[in-house]
Amino acid sequence: MSPRRLRVERTGPGVLVEDLGRIGWAQLGVTRSGAADLRSLRRANRLVGNAEGAAGLEILIGGLEVVATAHLVVAVTGATCPVRIDGRPVPREAVLDLPAGCRLSLGTAATGLRAYLAVRGGVDVPPVLGSRSFDTLAGLGPSPVAPGDVLPVGPATGPLAGERPRVDVVPVAGWTGPEDVVVLRAVPGPRVDWLTAGALDHLWGPGSGWRVSADADRVGLRLTGPVLARDEAHRQAELPSEGLVRGAVQVPPGGYPVLFLADHPVTGGYPVVAAVLDADVDLAAQLRPGQRMRFARAVVPRTIRRETSPVRPEEA
Amino acid sequence: MRLYALGDTAWMVELPGLDDVVRRHAALTASRERGEADGVQDLVPAERTVLVRFDPRRISPAAVREWVVGTPPEDYAVRAEAEIELPVRYDGEDLDDVGRLTGLGRKGVVRAHSGTPWTVAFVGFAPGFGYLVGGDERLRVPRLPSPRIRVPAGAVALAGHYSAVYPRVSPGGWRLIGHTDADVWDLDADPPALLRPGVRVRFTPVDDR
Repeated sequence: MSPRRLRVERTGPGVLVEDLGRIGWAQLGVTRSGAADLRSLRRANRLVGNAEGAAGLEILIGGLEVVATAHLVVAVTGATCPVRIDGRPVPREAVLDLPAGCRLSLGTAATGLRAYLAVRGGVDVPPVLGSRSFDTLAGLGPSPVAPGDVLPVGPATGPLAGERPRVDVVPVAGWTGPEDVVVLRAVPGPRVDWLTAGALDHLWGPGSGWRVSADADRVGLRLTGPVLARDEAHRQAELPSEGLVRGAVQVPPGGYPVLFLADHPVTGGYPVVAAVLDADVDLAAQLRPGQRMRFARAVVPRTIRRETSPVRPEEA
Repeated sequence: MRLYALGDTAWMVELPGLDDVVRRHAALTASRERGEADGVQDLVPAERTVLVRFDPRRISPAAVREWVVGTPPEDYAVRAEAEIELPVRYDGEDLDDVGRLTGLGRKGVVRAHSGTPWTVAFVGFAPGFGYLVGGDERLRVPRLPSPRIRVPAGAVALAGHYSAVYPRVSPGGWRLIGHTDADVWDLDADPPALLRPGVRVRFTPVDDR
């Protein structure tokens, strides 16, 4: 039997190996990285019977073509790329058999920005600091995937080893159209009190919100729309750098917010005025330049007791 | 101490100063090494804050908060890590400017920078970029008005009351006073960062011929 591999023939705008990220290295300045839309990667892995943390491919817009060197079980989730095997249309969000020598190709996504390809056994490139994710900011992890690469596939392990995955297809919510306003739930951030009352109205108000600018990548999305002005007391204030998370909404001096994604810097020196709930960061990672979004004010879910409401900082 | 929620995956712990950050971070790190607070994934110390990031599916925000509040800070001295020497060629592009800004002159800057040991307070900006504190007070200089596009790997720099060594080529706004050939970020080393929180650093001048 030939070794299980994926031979890459075409990559389109960009293909990266990603898993759930590099955990536990932030204190050495290494960010988490990992799939920008974690939920879609997890779902793809579950479909093929992998552990959720197996490495898969993150495909920007589409355009990937791979050939299996041996029979592989794969699934494509996330952005709505048409999927074909040897030219024949096959479903997304479904368990697919890819026979030896057959070609899997992804067309251009109609909606969403990033598709995920999971393969049973996982993409088995060598991990760096415990993860197979490529961190675009630090240049850490497996190099971006290029035509001619041959990606090793690991052995199928876990509870389903030797068995067929038990589902064929998963139902997923419909995608928003290009003109819909995507609502991202966010919690007020540590420095929300740096903003003017008018800026707070923009931040939480029911207005049309912001558009994702062309300055958008795995590090973050720069948003254009209402400027978030600082109040008098903080106009000239300098903030010592502090830790960031994916989903943090930072306001640089220009006033256009930046919504950080997977490859955010570990620390940042501008005020964080809100942080998007983890589940909704996955939606943010699927926004295209030009798409409209707004924030909806949320509180941290019920596991936080009333007296630890995140809206007000707390003395301890 | 103040706690702010950062979404549903982290608490930002705000403390009065850097000493409190170092002691609190050391205590939380030691607690995790004892196997406590399973589900906490990352601690990010900075100048006045410690970010505590967790997986909300494995531990509740309330439990993380209780852990943070209930873990007393350690003595500063407890986590004194290794002491290392870094040979530096003091030939940085900004050495003359730093000499002027501080009034110490080139030689005075070299003496001050190498004369007092520094300690890594925290790491940020880039993998292995340690913020060193505790050096000679006279070396405080502002950052450059506009950052350089390209700072070479190994550049030894000053900004505010910090010193640092750039681990790799990157943009940067700190003032460059020299460079070291030491590998401060090496993926094949364990741990990969030479300058980890708590490590004491003594810079030693080497001839610039």
